Amino acid sequence: MAEEEKTEQVDETPEKGGNYIAQAWLILLLAVCFGASLTGVQISLGEKIQQNKLNETFSQIPNLVPGSDTGKGFEIDGKIIYRAMSGDAQVGWVVPATGQGFADKVEILIGLDTKADKLTGLYVLDQKETPGLGNKIVEEDWQMQYVDKPTASQIEVIKAGSPTVNQIMAVTGATISSVAVTDLVNKTVAEIKDKLASNAK
Amino acid sequence: MNRNEPTALERFINGILPENPVYRQLLGMCPTLAVTNSMEPAMTMAVAVAFVLLSANIIVSLIRHLLKPHLRILVFTLTIATFVTIADRILQAYMWDMSKQLGPYVPLIIVNCIIICRCEVCASKQKLGPAIMDALGQSLGFALALASVATVREILGSGTWFGLPVMPAVWPDWVIMVLPPGAFLTLGVLIGLVNWLQNKKKQTA
Repeated sequence: MAEEEKTEQVDETPEKGGNYIAQAWLILLLAVCFGASLTGVQISLGEKIQQNKLNETFSQIPNLVPGSDTGKGFEIDGKIIYRAMSGDAQVGWVVPATGQGFADKVEILIGLDTKADKLTGLYVLDQKETPGLGNKIVEEDWQMQYVDKPTASQIEVIKAGSPTVNQIMAVTGATISSVAVTDLVNKTVAEIKDKLASNAK
Repeated sequence: MNRNEPTALERFINGILPENPVYRQLLGMCPTLAVTNSMEPAMTMAVAVAFVLLSANIIVSLIRHLLKPHLRILVFTLTIATFVTIADRILQAYMWDMSKQLGPYVPLIIVNCIIICRCEVCASKQKLGPAIMDALGQSLGFALALASVATVREILGSGTWFGLPVMPAVWPDWVIMVLPPGAFLTLGVLIGLVNWLQNKKKQTA
């Protein structure tokens, strides 16, 4: 913030080049006050927002793993993942993941079968991609492409043609968002696949 | 500043119709087109914009004597961005589904030119009273504009208003009204209508 003021100020009043702080004190002060108030807001609301996300995660588990009705939290390497349960029997996994999209962070949930051999679903929990283009990653039709993809090899994004068993079509005009989600899936699954398979009940 | 500076009450009334931000100033077109496919998101957006506009006008009016001309836009943007972030977090905490439905349009309030326009035109030159009344009037005008577009689109597109069925069951929902083209069609017709009424009023007067 201070950098911008300096350049602007030098352009307009070169003879007073020395007193940047005198010119910018109000902005610096406001920045500190606003920053403090945002911290306050985050501290008081952060927990509630997390809880909302968690509630949505649980409500999505039956859609992500067919046949499941509830989820049970489970920790691997400090990361919380969910067992998708049908009664007492485990029928799959739901793994949350966060990565950089085109505009901001993208948070997704990945559904996997019990042995983590194939994907059973994908859901975008939070995103701020470009309206009308990148935000089409929230549409069910697009997310359904990930269903039944084997995890043995990486998923590729294609822009034209008909996708083969390990390919998905990019959202038209939003290749970066599509690749971001796909890379996130590939990376997360590759990291956690073996641990999931060995922990399955 | 001219001598015929409007009073606080005039500012409030001006914002509603004579200087309606959407119909007369054609500002804030993005939310007007994007979140008006039904009443609920449109009114949530209107409340969020009102909160940000009111807060930004208050802060800017309070510090108006300290503003440096070449740094003022920076101060406006900083103030607006802070309140938009607060509004966004409140929505996420208490209206999670609505926050997801509005998606990026809430953070995009930062670039809603109604707010920066009111900071520049009014709040940075006025006392606190007129600045507050101006913010309230403009917010109400914006809310009415969103409501008018959303009413037409929701009734024709989904046969409901605020989610309540209002059209007979045989009504074939005009899907195009829910989709983006419906927003442009509705807004165009409504702006035309407002201008036509205005001209008619002028002629008879």
